[in-house]
Amino acid sequence: MTQRPRLADRADLLGGMMLAPALVYVIVLVGGPFVVAIILSFSTATAGSLSFEWAGLRNYRAILADPIFLRALRNTVIVTVGSQLLVVALATAAAQVFRATFRGKPLARFVLLLPWAVPVSLAAIAWTWIFDSTFSVLNWTLKVAGLLHGWLYWLGDPALALSAIIIVQAWRIFPFATVIVLAGLSSIPSEILEAAIADGAGFWRRLFRIELPLLTPVLAVAILFGVVYTATDLGVVYILTGGGPANTTHVLPTLAFQRGVLGADLGQGAAIAVFLLPFLILVAIAMLRLARRTEIGGGGRDEPT
Amino acid sequence: MSSIEIRNLSKHFGELHAVDGVDLSIHDGEFLVLLGSSGSGKTTLLRMIAGLERPTAGEIYIGDERVDGDVPPRARGIAMVFQSYALYPHLTVFGNIAFPLEASRMPRAQIAEKVRWAAELFGITRYLDRYPRQLSGGERQRVALCRALVRDPKVFLLDEPLANLDAKLRNTARDDLKRFQRDIHTTTVYVTHDQVEAMGLGDRIVVMERGKIRQVGTPQDVYDDPVDTFVATFVGQPPMNLLDSGDPSLPARTLIGFRPEHFLPRQVFGADEDVRTFQFAVRRVEFLGSDRYVYGTVAAAGRDETIIAKLPGTIGLAIAEGASQPFAVPRRALRYFDAETGLRRAL
Repeated sequence: MTQRPRLADRADLLGGMMLAPALVYVIVLVGGPFVVAIILSFSTATAGSLSFEWAGLRNYRAILADPIFLRALRNTVIVTVGSQLLVVALATAAAQVFRATFRGKPLARFVLLLPWAVPVSLAAIAWTWIFDSTFSVLNWTLKVAGLLHGWLYWLGDPALALSAIIIVQAWRIFPFATVIVLAGLSSIPSEILEAAIADGAGFWRRLFRIELPLLTPVLAVAILFGVVYTATDLGVVYILTGGGPANTTHVLPTLAFQRGVLGADLGQGAAIAVFLLPFLILVAIAMLRLARRTEIGGGGRDEPT
Repeated sequence: MSSIEIRNLSKHFGELHAVDGVDLSIHDGEFLVLLGSSGSGKTTLLRMIAGLERPTAGEIYIGDERVDGDVPPRARGIAMVFQSYALYPHLTVFGNIAFPLEASRMPRAQIAEKVRWAAELFGITRYLDRYPRQLSGGERQRVALCRALVRDPKVFLLDEPLANLDAKLRNTARDDLKRFQRDIHTTTVYVTHDQVEAMGLGDRIVVMERGKIRQVGTPQDVYDDPVDTFVATFVGQPPMNLLDSGDPSLPARTLIGFRPEHFLPRQVFGADEDVRTFQFAVRRVEFLGSDRYVYGTVAAAGRDETIIAKLPGTIGLAIAEGASQPFAVPRRALRYFDAETGLRRAL
């Protein structure tokens, strides 16, 4: 007796059905706005009227001549690169700690993952208190520890405010990076690390000559995620400094929000928002190539001889 | 070059006693093989000598220096080769061989010179710029040996280095390894579960089982004079035949043991030779080219015991399957064991 094929047997239909929700989500909520943003960036559209005129490259020319935009662009690069350097260092160190077995490891792992699970806005509000000009917990701690004389106005000084933003962005991303690095570490065969120990390599030589090179593909992925998260993040800067003092700490997303939504100049806001897109695509391609190349180069698995 | 002295060494993983009170003296320049099945503790013992595993109790001396405890691997003067070879996949062959030299802070120029010298010795000079993934199994194995040898270790530790090679390559690799160890004369400890490798390579063999040493001796000692039934059946392929003869002239509960190659048709021996004869019910004959394995049973103490005979190709006698015929063992080839304890009985 032959049974009629059921839905569960129809790989063609089933696949499509399972993909559909994700596809709809991406097309309606990501793809659509994305295309609209690109179109808007070439127009004179404003939030106040329905008129729509093509502006060509005028919006782009305008922002490139704008010192505030250039400052925001520079800040975006500084914050992204700075926080990712910090993330790599912190994640590598944390992964070394979490590789060991110690009492209370599950609790420590839970605490480690918290920053990642906390909503950005809530975390940023907590950090504004930590960096507060009067009640700064950070300053108080440094003072009690005898490391600080005087007083730091974290969010009032442009350089310090940027550092604060870098710290918060790194704090936000590094748990995720740690998890990725831990997974990468566990994929290195233990015999390779033991061979390095038997070959007489100490901790630092093993870390820099064996582990980190073997982790390159995994780190590249972690950094790629981090770059995208940081370069496109609005919340942290918006809540911490609002782009101030005097527009010195704007990053592209906050400036785009200020110009496009608060300032109602949709065209210029969109131009600022999509400005980084080509660069991010290049970064993504470079990182993925790095990940692929080292993976192939690092295979070393036994092929049939 | 150094001798190794191991005293009452133990390693416990919780309830599991991986190595359990081992005493062993390894002579300077000796090729010592640790032989055992998986779980016998041979690899744990090797890893404790290397310093990759910390003993639960006991002492290890390399040369005159006590190294158990906090002496790290790099201070022990050991070099180790792993079963997977553990080559660094992101470094070239040159980088791999140079790694231990860099770790010992040797000047660059000297490293290059030393690497070339070692690569020459193993015939891998033309692979120096390649990556491990571009090499065959045999080539990788030579790179691993080369990396271990390049800094003149006092002790050479090898963990099943031939296990990942195909059978054909294994013979030549074994020969290379032995020849090379004779040349450099470095104390070598070699772990394997393959008794052919153990017999072929070892100056002495240590047979281990469940964390304890069963017997230490030359391959000939271990093969000809096993101390108990475990060693008797573990070493040798096919294993030694054991049967309870129920012979009234022997003490009660005595097992008779003899090697398959000593169990031959009665007519092979002269009439006046001192042999012990059994009626052998042949079940099956296996022709293996150089040998014939004959499977059958011998009635002993009221039971049929399964026995294997190994006839060299030089004995051309026809052996009929399903028939019974007299087979014999020279008395000097018989070994006696206590059926209760498995220990050898001198008779």
